[in-house]
Amino acid sequence: MTTGDIVRLEHVWVNYGHTVALEDINLSVKEHDFLGIIGPNGGGKSTLLKVILGLVQPDRGTVAVLGNSPEKSRNKIGYVPQYSNFDHNFPVSVLEVVMMGRYGRAGVLRPYGKSDRQAAARALERVSMLAHSGSQIGQLSSGQQQRVFIARALVSEPELLLLDEPTASVDTAMQTDFYELLEQLKKEMTIVMVSHDIGAVSIFVDKIACMNVQLFYHGSKEITPEILEATYKCPVQLIAHGEIPHRVLREH
Amino acid sequence: MLEAFQFEFMRNALIAGLLASIACGIVGVYVVIKKIVSMSGSIAHASFGGIGLGYLLKFSPVLGAMIFALLSALTMGLVARRTKLPEDTAIGILWAIGMALGVIFIGLSAGYAPDLMSYLFGNILTVPVADIVLMAVLDVIIVVLVVVFYKDFLLLSFDEEFGTVVGMPVDALYILLLCMVALTVVVLIRVVGMILVIAMVTFPAALARQFTYDIKKMMLLAVAFGMVFTFAGLWLSYVLNLASGASIILLSGLVLLVSYGIAGLRARLRVKAPA
Repeated sequence: MTTGDIVRLEHVWVNYGHTVALEDINLSVKEHDFLGIIGPNGGGKSTLLKVILGLVQPDRGTVAVLGNSPEKSRNKIGYVPQYSNFDHNFPVSVLEVVMMGRYGRAGVLRPYGKSDRQAAARALERVSMLAHSGSQIGQLSSGQQQRVFIARALVSEPELLLLDEPTASVDTAMQTDFYELLEQLKKEMTIVMVSHDIGAVSIFVDKIACMNVQLFYHGSKEITPEILEATYKCPVQLIAHGEIPHRVLREH
Repeated sequence: MLEAFQFEFMRNALIAGLLASIACGIVGVYVVIKKIVSMSGSIAHASFGGIGLGYLLKFSPVLGAMIFALLSALTMGLVARRTKLPEDTAIGILWAIGMALGVIFIGLSAGYAPDLMSYLFGNILTVPVADIVLMAVLDVIIVVLVVVFYKDFLLLSFDEEFGTVVGMPVDALYILLLCMVALTVVVLIRVVGMILVIAMVTFPAALARQFTYDIKKMMLLAVAFGMVFTFAGLWLSYVLNLASGASIILLSGLVLLVSYGIAGLRARLRVKAPA
C-alpha cells in the first residue's frame, strides 16, 4: 500500500439486494486533498462515505483508511451526516450535541469532563456558534444546525473530514461562509465532500470525482463532457448549460 | 381525605405510587424521545405470559412478569438488530404470543387465579410489602444505570449512526435500554396493571416534554407529574369509588390532551398575530 494515502479503495463493490450501489470503485485520497464527489441522487455517494466509515461493508474489495480498517481509524474521522436525519424537537442543547463528538475519547463508562467541554467550546467558536451553545438544536436555522454538526465532527480533532451533502439545506448567503470555513479546515485535514451541487463544489474543492454507481476520477479538477455524460446518463447540455466546464477549470 | 391516610394500605399505596413515578418518569423520557412506545407496549403485554406461568407453577406472578419482560426485551432487541424482520411486525408477534401464553398458563392452572384483575388493571391499594421492596430495588437499579450511562443513552436516542461512528456499543446499549423498560413494567404492574403500564410510562414524560428541552429537567418533571397523577387519581378513585389504576390513567390522559390542545391553540394564535 502506498504510504500517504488517507483513503484507499480497491475494487469495492456494494449491493443492496439485487441493486448494485457501488461498482468496482477505486479511489485514492492523498493527505490534504479536498475532494468533491458529485453525481445524481441515488448514485451511491452517501454509500461511498459509509463504506469509508465502515458503516456499510463492501461485498467485494478492500478499504483502507489512514492505513487501517475503517473501524480502527474511526476515531480519526470526523463525519457530518446528511442534514435532517434527526428529530428537531429532540431535547438536547447545542453544547451537548457537540460533546457527542468526544464520545470516542471518553469511552463508555467515563462521563465528559472539563477538557471535553473546553474542546466543545473551541469547536463551536471555530464555526462561530459559541453564542448559541445553550440553545436547543431544533431552534436554530438549518445553516446554523449545519455548523453545529461540523463542530461535532471537528471536536474529536480528526485527520479526515467526511461531509454528506453539507449545503443541501443551507441558503446561498450561508454557503459562501461555509466554503470559507472549509477553506481554512483544508489546511489542517483531508476533506471528502459529497454533493449534487456541481456549481458550488467545482469552485471550492481541489479535486473532483463524478459518481453514478461507478466512479470517474483522474486525480484532478478537470471534468470532460464525456465524464459528466457518463455520470448523469443524460445529454451533457442539460448539466453544462450553466457553463460548468468553465467553472470547473478555475483560472490557474 | 386525610383520615384515609391513617390506614396502612393507604400508606403503602402512597409509597407504591412514589416508587412507580420514579421509574416511569425517568425511563419514560427515553421511551418518548427514542420513540419506542410500541416496543415498550409489546414488552409490557408479553409479561402477561410470566404472570400466567407464576400462577401455573405457584410462584410470584410479579417475578414471572419480570422474567418474561426481560426475556422479551432481549428478544426484541436481538430481532430488531440482527434480523431483517420489520420492527412493528416483531412488536405485534411478541405482544400476542406473550398474552396467549399467559391465557394458556392460567387456563392450565386449574382455572383459579386470585388477584388476576389486579395484575391486568392494577390495584394500588393492595400492593404487598414484598412488592414494595422489589419496586424500591428496581428503582435503585434504574437510577444507577441512567446515571452511569447518561451520555451514552443521550447519544443513542439522538443519533445512533453517529454513535456507531464514534465507537459506541450501540446494539448493547439499545438492549440495555429495553431491559430498563422491562424493569419499569415490573415496577408499575401493581399500580396500574400490565395493560395500562404503557400509558403510565408515556404520559408523564410526554407532558414534561411540553415544558423543557433539558433531559434532566424533563425527567424530574415527569417524576413529579407521575406523582401528582398517581395521588390525584387515587383520591378520585376513593371519592368516586372507581378503579384506581384506570382513574390514574384517565386523569393523566385528559391532562395530556388538554395540554396538547392549549399548545396547539397558542401556536395558531402566534401564527395569526402580526409579526
